[in-house]
Amino acid sequence: METPVESMAMVLFGSFIGSFATVFLKSGAQRLELNVRSVVTNWRLGMGVVVFGLSSFFFVLGLREGQLSILYPMVAAGYIFTLFWSRLFFGEALTKGKFAGIGLILAGLILLQFGNK
Amino acid sequence: MSTVIANPSETHTPQRKLRSMLLVFISTLFGAPASIIIKSAANHVPQHVNWFAALIAMATNLPLVAGYSLLGVSFFLMTLALKDGELSILYPVIALTQVWVTILSVWIFHDSMNPYKIVGVGAVVLGVGVLGRSGK
Repeated sequence: METPVESMAMVLFGSFIGSFATVFLKSGAQRLELNVRSVVTNWRLGMGVVVFGLSSFFFVLGLREGQLSILYPMVAAGYIFTLFWSRLFFGEALTKGKFAGIGLILAGLILLQFGNK
Repeated sequence: MSTVIANPSETHTPQRKLRSMLLVFISTLFGAPASIIIKSAANHVPQHVNWFAALIAMATNLPLVAGYSLLGVSFFLMTLALKDGELSILYPVIALTQVWVTILSVWIFHDSMNPYKIVGVGAVVLGVGVLGRSGK
């Protein structure tokens, strides 16, 4: 089965948007208290959910056609985007351990998709 | 932007970090069945139609809605986890979802196990371990 370029573009775009959803979620979660008022008035969480939903929409569209072994690791490209946003917005350290861990996870996800063929 | 989402408090005590990892771990246990249901339901979303027709087809597809509900639980637990701990460590741990999906597929749907899957599961688990130890 061919993997259309549009599918790849949609999945990559979805994971790019999705990486911002995690930033909104994290910043919202840091301000979260467990009462209804705090959850409802937390616009950052709301943005996280909306942006995440938007990214899922592009995933579902993109994953309709093409090979999952090519497309699924692109979903995981969001981890790499998130690594840089974590540094930029939350001052988290970029360490060798994080790159190594994410590298292993990406390699593992690619292997899992090959195994699913 | 930085004032909007600046870090209001540093809460990286060891107990809280452990709790965060545990919450993400549990969230992946909900994410796996969600992923299986959504994937199989997505196959029934018609191809070659415009985005609006696709959206309507998604919203009226009950298994897809059920899958997204499970994903919602997983999402909620993930949010609780993100209260403390580092985003760059916690987020990639979600990849464990694919480990559970693989195990569930073999266990419940009797998919074949093969060397790719075994090494893949090993690499993801090892990666999560390396990430978990990479915090300050």
